[in-house]
Amino acid sequence: MYRINNHYEPETVSQAISMLHQNSSLVVIAGGTDVLIKMHGGNLQDVDILSLRSIGGLDRIEKTKDGTMHIGPMATFSQINQSALMQEYIPVLANAAITMGGPQIRNTATIGGNVCNGATSADSASTLFALNARLYLESIEGTRIVPIEDFYMGPGKVDLKPDELLIDIQVEAKDYEGFCGKYIKFTVRNAMDIATLGVAAVCRVDSSGIIEDLRIGLGVAGPTPRRCHEAEDYAIGKEVNQETLQGIGERAVLAAQARTSWRASKEYREHLVKTLSQRAIEEALAEVGGAGC
Amino acid sequence: MLKEISFQINGKRKTLKVESGEILLDVLRERLNLTGVKRGCSVGECGACTVLIDGTPVDSCIYLAIWADGKDIVTVEGLGEDGEMSSMQKTFVEEGAVQCGFCTPGVVLSATALANKKQSFTRDEIRVALSGHLCRCTGYKKIVDAVEKEMEEQL
Repeated sequence: MYRINNHYEPETVSQAISMLHQNSSLVVIAGGTDVLIKMHGGNLQDVDILSLRSIGGLDRIEKTKDGTMHIGPMATFSQINQSALMQEYIPVLANAAITMGGPQIRNTATIGGNVCNGATSADSASTLFALNARLYLESIEGTRIVPIEDFYMGPGKVDLKPDELLIDIQVEAKDYEGFCGKYIKFTVRNAMDIATLGVAAVCRVDSSGIIEDLRIGLGVAGPTPRRCHEAEDYAIGKEVNQETLQGIGERAVLAAQARTSWRASKEYREHLVKTLSQRAIEEALAEVGGAGC
Repeated sequence: MLKEISFQINGKRKTLKVESGEILLDVLRERLNLTGVKRGCSVGECGACTVLIDGTPVDSCIYLAIWADGKDIVTVEGLGEDGEMSSMQKTFVEEGAVQCGFCTPGVVLSATALANKKQSFTRDEIRVALSGHLCRCTGYKKIVDAVEKEMEEQL
């Protein structure tokens, strides 16, 4: 038995945000795979829960006419992995989704919960960083749009006000069309493990092998997920070759704020950033048959 | 706060009142005596508490009982018919995929959900589908052998 005082189940987003407006101490729950673990450990108890599970349509994954991809925050990792739209247009996120937890967790855990939980190890986060995802936060005062890079403020701390709800995750066409991508999750086990390091790279290379655009997102390389801007700026306009890749790897480390934990030492994590950022780009390009993606 | 919920459990309709904080695993084990559902880690890591909710494997230890309202739930007790084991269960026995038995109900349920997709899966795909279950006895080989054999026979 978890120590939950009351459990509210609004059926619409507007009901949910008006309940949050009236009582900002409500704990929002989606899949429950993070919140209930906190309750089990006694870190969270005697609370009122606001469940989003009865709100229809929040798990929708769709592409609008302008090409913007909308990912409903209640979409589970299994839904994202199996979505035909994701597999066709943003396979890097579909593939990242299957690295998280195990099947039962993926059937329950949601991408919105993963992002709002604020963990640096969130398996969706580094890829969403690389995709320039934008978060739509709704409160009684209206909608606020926050780029994912600005959303993460510290370990477990995100720019979500107590009366706000994440209602949509958007990736614009300009940020995924023509890009290839790869998420590498470095772990000790192949399943049910938390990343020692996660690297997502998305890149666009022209037919002559010149990098037109590159974005790299890192997880577990610092207290929050982060982008490798130095490495990206360096790469744009350069030809894909060993020298460029090495330069990218060396500069990716500059974005890392790795620390030593029981999972890995700072030095080891930095080595992983340097190596895996290069490998992610190589594998992304290899999957689409080289240049011209 | 008590709430009345109504759901299908192993093919039968059940209505009962649950507390906000009640866990599905406890309701199944303690109130409905479905002790085939095992409590392992309690935090969604071992898969021993797996049940099928609307045909999908879910860890019942991190699932509120309230959420079961309107759902169709199957535990290992619901797999066989008339005291006979299901075909998947029999293959587990024949292949020696059961040792201590603690993980078995959950694994059999995940395997059943996979077989119900009526597609062919590679050995690696079967391993991924079963990767949310920890087994400390078998080393997994005989489990994967059993599932592979049963799925080939069912197709």
